[in-house]
Amino acid sequence: MSDVTASAAFVRPTLAEPRDPPKSFVGPFAWARAHLFGSIFDALLTAFGLFLLGWIAWTVLDFALFRAVWSAKDGETCRAEGVGACWPYVEAYWKQFVYGRYPAEERWRPTLVFAIFAATLIPLAMPKVPYKRANVIAFLVGMPIASYFLLTGGVFGLEPVETTLWGGLLVTLIVSVVGIVCSLPLGILLALGRRSKLPIIKMLCIVTIEFWRGVPLITVLFMASNMLPLFMPEGMEVDKLLRALIGVAIFTSAYLAETIRGGLQAIPKGQYEGAMALGLGYWQMMGLIVMPQALKLVIPGIVNSFISLFKDTTLVLIVSIFDLLGMIQASLADPVWISPVTGKTGYLVAAVTFWVFCFGMSRYSQWMERRLATGHKR
Amino acid sequence: MTKRPDGLGADVAPSVAWYNDPTKRGYLFQALTLAAVIVVAWTIVHNTAVNLERRHIAQGFGFLSTTAGFDLAQESISFPKDASYGRALVVGLVNTVIVAVAGIFFATVFGFLVGVGRLSHNFVISRLCTGYVELLRNIPLLLQIFFWYFAVLGVLPSPRQSLQPIPGWVFVNNRGLYLPEFHFGSFAGWGVVGGLIVALVVSWAIRRWARARQMATGQQFPAGWVTLGLVVGLPLALFAISGFDLSLVAPKKSTFNLSGGIQIIPELIALVLALATYTASFIAEVVRAGILAVSHGQTEAARSLGLSHGQNLRLVVIPQAMRVIIPPLTNQYLNLTKNSSLAVAIAYPDLVSVGGIVLNQSGQAIEVIVIWMAIYLGTSVTTAMIMNVYNRRMAIVER
Repeated sequence: MSDVTASAAFVRPTLAEPRDPPKSFVGPFAWARAHLFGSIFDALLTAFGLFLLGWIAWTVLDFALFRAVWSAKDGETCRAEGVGACWPYVEAYWKQFVYGRYPAEERWRPTLVFAIFAATLIPLAMPKVPYKRANVIAFLVGMPIASYFLLTGGVFGLEPVETTLWGGLLVTLIVSVVGIVCSLPLGILLALGRRSKLPIIKMLCIVTIEFWRGVPLITVLFMASNMLPLFMPEGMEVDKLLRALIGVAIFTSAYLAETIRGGLQAIPKGQYEGAMALGLGYWQMMGLIVMPQALKLVIPGIVNSFISLFKDTTLVLIVSIFDLLGMIQASLADPVWISPVTGKTGYLVAAVTFWVFCFGMSRYSQWMERRLATGHKR
Repeated sequence: MTKRPDGLGADVAPSVAWYNDPTKRGYLFQALTLAAVIVVAWTIVHNTAVNLERRHIAQGFGFLSTTAGFDLAQESISFPKDASYGRALVVGLVNTVIVAVAGIFFATVFGFLVGVGRLSHNFVISRLCTGYVELLRNIPLLLQIFFWYFAVLGVLPSPRQSLQPIPGWVFVNNRGLYLPEFHFGSFAGWGVVGGLIVALVVSWAIRRWARARQMATGQQFPAGWVTLGLVVGLPLALFAISGFDLSLVAPKKSTFNLSGGIQIIPELIALVLALATYTASFIAEVVRAGILAVSHGQTEAARSLGLSHGQNLRLVVIPQAMRVIIPPLTNQYLNLTKNSSLAVAIAYPDLVSVGGIVLNQSGQAIEVIVIWMAIYLGTSVTTAMIMNVYNRRMAIVER
């Protein structure tokens, strides 16, 4: 026994030099093998995917850049065979895409509104900027009032401008921002009502929410534009844009109510009990303890609602209000620029604009979600 | 006031003013709310009645039997010249159902493919699917419908220069897609349909029997192959017995148009394409979330039990993922159905579009809108109720 131990006793005095992992496990080559060419089927998929990607990229670049028409006085050049995007048409029309038919010499007013909007929204969206309370008031109260007077005019020596002249991106932003700002309080009330213990209020809220969530927005807009005038007492006229705004706000509030209800349900019961133990009444409990926490939780949900509202504003063109898409669609009928590529160019502009806004907002909402993912998750 | 035996305070609550009693306050608030709702509703009804009176618009649904006097671009059920408004709305409803069913079918297939693709190990495929989802769901649906309708289908050649993917049989031009029409002989037609039904019933019974036997004895039975054989074989056999009694009627080219065959109008193609690709981007997210919700331990457990990769997917992962997927999936189906009302923008004669024509011609705004809302709301509420039952059945039974 002992001599076996003696002969086999070999103890390495130092640690073995670490060796590199096998070549087939590291480096770009191994990565490609794992992620691109794992099997024959995988390789075929990769080839197919690359082909598709290349084809899409080539089609878009070819249309938007290589074959595009860059300067022309009218649509003549764009009507030629085999040309790509008709950019001169966009150059001639882009101010209408932004401002609609707003009088040219008054366009500084919508520009100023855009500036105020950005100036109040951007600091609000950045968590590090202080004075949030003042900022919220400026955004929810100051900005709408200032915008209203600036855009409609008729006071402070401003030329009155009919809402029928408003259009383009201006209307897209107005409808979506007014929609969300007006529907937020309504949505909060509906959500609270749905969770109320009072049976009649609860039932009324459930019926309201489920009704508006169950019908398409188009029928709501038709309803707002056709039925609202009938509901009003004799001789009272409601502006067409305002009708659409009312329809959009009510419709959105039903969706927001469900989002906010989700937030309310996520607040632990202890918070309610704590508030009651402190002797707070219902509105104090909701306003001071529950709502601030619930709303913080549902900020991403509210942003998502805003994104779908922003996309849905395009539907107002069906009740002949010209938002961005409506303006583009209307401009396509202009005989000066009519050509087989004008439509594609216009839709490309609209798609890029909407995509940038919506994608930006959805990224922001995801970032916010990660930032806020604290506290209640244990 | 009666004292508690130990002499510590009163055991009867101190009397409170009635307006501080939560129960009584609740009654008061509810009564006030109800009163407010009734007053508002009454005002609206009153104003509407006065306004209608002033505009000389008759109330009620009598107008539904008035002759419509317009044509529809797609008449899925017969719509004669002297048909009524009511008939027009029914045609619209059928067209809506066609769009919804076709859209749901393609959106589901495409959505599942993209959703699974996003989870693929293949870098190119997963990025491609991510790109698809991020692109499509951030562009308004209406814009996508316009794109397909005006920019893609609108610039197709005229009927005389039709594209012919299958020369002589299939034609594509700016008036739509023309497919050959199938005319089954009467025995062949009934044989195929009847054979399919019988095959489905029989294979359902076989599956039940096979499952029961496997539970009892552990012996497996290739039910899948038998089902496939029955479903394909039985109709085919009956069709063969009839002597392949089928005639294809191809569309014929005439000077300006095509006649015969089945025409699928471009409005329908654009609408279904846009709805399916747009909704697919949402369904893909639902599917991805559903699959990710099944914990990896389930897969590991299945593999250690000796199940193959395919069996693991089929028997362990997918049944559990479906529990998470189906409720939001139904929501997407409802959204698609509601979004099909965008048909009005390209004048595809769906329920809303036909209703819009009726509304403009007859002036019966309230009645038409009530019909719309009743139909859409009915669909939503019915689906929601079915989903509630489903959720209760599928909920995890916990101790």
